[in-house]
Amino acid sequence: MTGKYSRQELFAPIGPVGQQRIREAKVFVLGAGALGSSGAEMLVRAGVGELTIVDRDILEWTNLHRQQLYTEQDVIDQLPKAIAAESRLRAINSDVKVRGIVADVTPENVLDLFEGHQFILDGTDNIETRLLANDAALQLGIPFFMGACVGSYGLTFPIGVKEGSPCLHCLLEALPPQSLTCDTVGVISPIVVTTAARQTAELLKCITGAQMEPRLESVDLWTGERAAMDVHSMKKSSCPSCSDTPTYPYLSANEVIRTAVLCGRDTVQLTWPRNRQVELLPFAESIRGIVSNLKQNPYLVSCEYNAHRLVLFCDGRMLVHGTKDIMVARKIVAGLLG
Amino acid sequence: MKKMIDLNGKTYSVVPEVATIQQLLEHLGLGDRILIVEKNKEILQKDHYDTPIKDRDQIEIIHFVGGG
Repeated sequence: MTGKYSRQELFAPIGPVGQQRIREAKVFVLGAGALGSSGAEMLVRAGVGELTIVDRDILEWTNLHRQQLYTEQDVIDQLPKAIAAESRLRAINSDVKVRGIVADVTPENVLDLFEGHQFILDGTDNIETRLLANDAALQLGIPFFMGACVGSYGLTFPIGVKEGSPCLHCLLEALPPQSLTCDTVGVISPIVVTTAARQTAELLKCITGAQMEPRLESVDLWTGERAAMDVHSMKKSSCPSCSDTPTYPYLSANEVIRTAVLCGRDTVQLTWPRNRQVELLPFAESIRGIVSNLKQNPYLVSCEYNAHRLVLFCDGRMLVHGTKDIMVARKIVAGLLG
Repeated sequence: MKKMIDLNGKTYSVVPEVATIQQLLEHLGLGDRILIVEKNKEILQKDHYDTPIKDRDQIEIIHFVGGG
């Protein structure tokens, strides 16, 4: 056997039948950062039929140590990640119909974006978008392969692959106001590749019709700690996202951060929903090492970060000065708050 | 006597002032994180974090993070 996929077909659990299923699969990769790059490359090399990769961002030098699809030239050219990813993925395997889309995934467009795909790989960098994707994937009946990593620590969980298994909303209950991100505590590339490999292995198993036993798994490559949990007991019969009468709360705008461009002020305002307001003191503590000019009083926290002045008010609003671009403001907030 | 537990696959010596799961989470700096705890292969509900830790307990903790 000398074909492109011969060594993959020789792997007995895949075989020629599994390879044909991979060939027919239409996969959506949500985010073209670290996990998205790594997972998309594996899926394209595996020979999936179609792969769509979506990202809102432009390449930066700080991406290159872990976002494996990109080169220094891509950064110099200021390419959007989705465009650079599309070009690199097409060069890796011309069998695959690759499409890169530059877009911010929101409650308004997520269903249209996912429609027509059979599997979704999580490459996003924040829990809010994961919960949005969880709702959209459940509504459309598409399996969603969650993955997240920071530092040397990563976790994975496949959603919608087995009857009676919990969804991400069951596991999280509420969206945390703040979580660790690569912009606050850093990240090393080995955990990216490990996390993406686990997500992609589950996705390939699902494509080829293997028996799925969804488990919540984590590993820390630096400390050697690992965990794997059977979480089926956490399935909530009243879950707003996966019960028999779901309301898909994250698809409606009142559960997500609202944004507005403040006219004539070169400022974007972000407003958190009431049930998950960001608290001033923990926020100030978490960003202390990475921002400058940090000031706080009982009413607000202000600081400078990446040439933007940020002001968080105690009523749950943040002003991002120095931009009229909502995507820029959202990116800063996702980097700091997760 | 110090309690020895299995924590995320590694042997871990519990300091005497840590008696419950909640105290362990705080000791590990995970007190304010969104996390799931499993004790001896059973998921522990959040209102049971006052459960005492016993010698040789097998405890797994997975916390959620934002990055990717």
